[in-house]
Amino acid sequence: MSTSVADRPQAAFRSVRVLRLGPVSVRFRPRGLAVGAVLLVLLVAAMAVHLAHGGTALAYPDVLRAMFGDATDAKIHLAVTEFRAPRMVAAVIAGSCLAAAGAVTQTVARNPLASPDVLGVTAGASLGAVAVLIAAGGGAAGLSGAAAVVGMPLAAFAAGVASGVAVYLLAYRGGIDSYRLVLVGLGINGFAVSLTTWLLTLGDVTSAAQALTWMMGSLNGKDWPLVAPMLGLAAGLLTAAAAGGSRLLLASLGDDTAVGLGTRIGAVRLTMLSIAVLLASVGTVVAGPLVFVALASPQIARILTGAVVPPVAASALTGAVFVLLADTAAANALALPLPVGVVTSVVGAPYLIYLILRYQRRLT
Amino acid sequence: MGAAASVCVGSEPSSPAQIWHALFTPSGTTMDVTIRELRWPRTLTGIAAGICLGVAGTLTQGHTRNAVADPGLLGINQGAALAIVAVTAVAGQQLPLVQAVLAFAGALLASVLVFLIGTASRHGQTPVTLVLAGAAVTALCTGLVTGIVLLNAAALDTLRFWQVGSLAVRNDALPAVWPFLLAGLLLALLNIPALNTLALGEDTATSLGTSLLRARCAGIAAITLLAGTAVTLAGPIAFAGLLVPHLARALVGADYRWLVPASAVLGAALLLLADTAGRVIARPGELSVGVVLAVIGAPFFVILARRRKLVTV
Repeated sequence: MSTSVADRPQAAFRSVRVLRLGPVSVRFRPRGLAVGAVLLVLLVAAMAVHLAHGGTALAYPDVLRAMFGDATDAKIHLAVTEFRAPRMVAAVIAGSCLAAAGAVTQTVARNPLASPDVLGVTAGASLGAVAVLIAAGGGAAGLSGAAAVVGMPLAAFAAGVASGVAVYLLAYRGGIDSYRLVLVGLGINGFAVSLTTWLLTLGDVTSAAQALTWMMGSLNGKDWPLVAPMLGLAAGLLTAAAAGGSRLLLASLGDDTAVGLGTRIGAVRLTMLSIAVLLASVGTVVAGPLVFVALASPQIARILTGAVVPPVAASALTGAVFVLLADTAAANALALPLPVGVVTSVVGAPYLIYLILRYQRRLT
Repeated sequence: MGAAASVCVGSEPSSPAQIWHALFTPSGTTMDVTIRELRWPRTLTGIAAGICLGVAGTLTQGHTRNAVADPGLLGINQGAALAIVAVTAVAGQQLPLVQAVLAFAGALLASVLVFLIGTASRHGQTPVTLVLAGAAVTALCTGLVTGIVLLNAAALDTLRFWQVGSLAVRNDALPAVWPFLLAGLLLALLNIPALNTLALGEDTATSLGTSLLRARCAGIAAITLLAGTAVTLAGPIAFAGLLVPHLARALVGADYRWLVPASAVLGAALLLLADTAGRVIARPGELSVGVVLAVIGAPFFVILARRRKLVTV
């Protein structure tokens, strides 16, 4: 796998610098920091483009004024603060959470194919969210109050964990074989998707927007009551995932080496995988089971930063930029706005094909 | 032989559908009309689509020697659906005959693409690369189909049809496409001797006098015809082509002379049963047959994936 140290010899390690300030020392890689800064700038730019072009094009100064509370043009103010801003934040949450989850699972599994969307975790989380939606009698009106803020994320998380555990257990036969893992994941994915379709039929979810969100992933109609609580959750989880990054690097050296270097490999793996499933569930609650974000973003970030394993923070930034751009494209490319999932699947599928061609030698 | 015969009798296709239906609409005269006008064409469509899917699945597994191959999972059905949807979007509603031809083109493109990606490895294909290539092509086609259908402001039901597959919508297409079904079956039958020798490996097959090129071409032509016909009739249905060959193999063994006919019968039976189940479970609406098959088929797929040796066909 791309994540094993043997592939990318010491270059990546040699470039590590250490900054010491008294008793505190921080390791950092200049290239990683530079790429991170560039990605951050890109993210801000993508956010601005998304705000200005998420529908009828608005002038950037108008958007900026509206963001800072200038309500002289009430229409623009309303459009920016109540419609576009929550949608933009939703795109950032979904992209960063899914991508960070992918970075963690790909590193732990040491397999660039092992991302929550391929392994059925996002489909499972979507199933959980839909189950709450249907159980609460949620038709076109959707959910509100405690059920939306607590119930749906909890159910999504529970179902995401259940599918993750199911994939792991079903793929386990005296060890995890990477291609059995992927096959089992695809099976669980198909199962969860079909159950979701069934629930949507049962609940008579007539609104196309809702059905599309849970089948393909869409950011249409995201508002603050849904997005705001997720923002806090996402921030906490992303910090936790990034903080575990150095342990992940050790885990990627292989079990024996990691144990030899003093890592409690089982505990690290369990914690990090739980965080990853949580992240994937949060991303799914916000935007539905977007495909290929979690698969592609971490590897793009890894190539950009020249790191050994996909870096969590850079992956999250890449994912956020990816989803923002995809959603802007989806809103503008054609006569009618499309769900963002259409764009990520059309852009991501060729990447998966490339990955197959590139890595199948090592999968065998 | 006895097994094949018992399968034929046991799955007498029209009676379960009629009985089920009679249970649900007990008013005498309406029932006759319903059965004649709605249920019977639907049942025939189900039989035809089931035969196509079953035989196409068996051929796909035979040619790839891959136990988890299925025209639905490999994206061939989605490719056919994409071709129909794309042309319909540009040029308006097409006749079933034209749709069928489009479906063949889409199926052919998708299958060539998937097989090329799946076999591009220098160590030969593995089950997982083929299925992943299929997943990628499926995702691509599904995304495009969704986009195109949404842009045309069509109803969500139409969207569901081209995404999942159902027997509820298009019972008028059968009269137009049955010649393709027959042609596909004929090609499949002609392909049987080659499949039996291919099961021993390509080298052995060649030394036994099988022309690889001719066998592969006939196989792909048959798969394309059958999968395209199935999609024209019932939309892109996955997992039927996966389940049926395994059931058939368990019943009649590995000889393709028995396997192909048994797959045809089992395919029809499975599709009708799944369709009936979908109608019973989700009353008063209905669950499309594609969803039912995925709920049954996905766990089976997982069981297959857990096996130690995958390339055993």
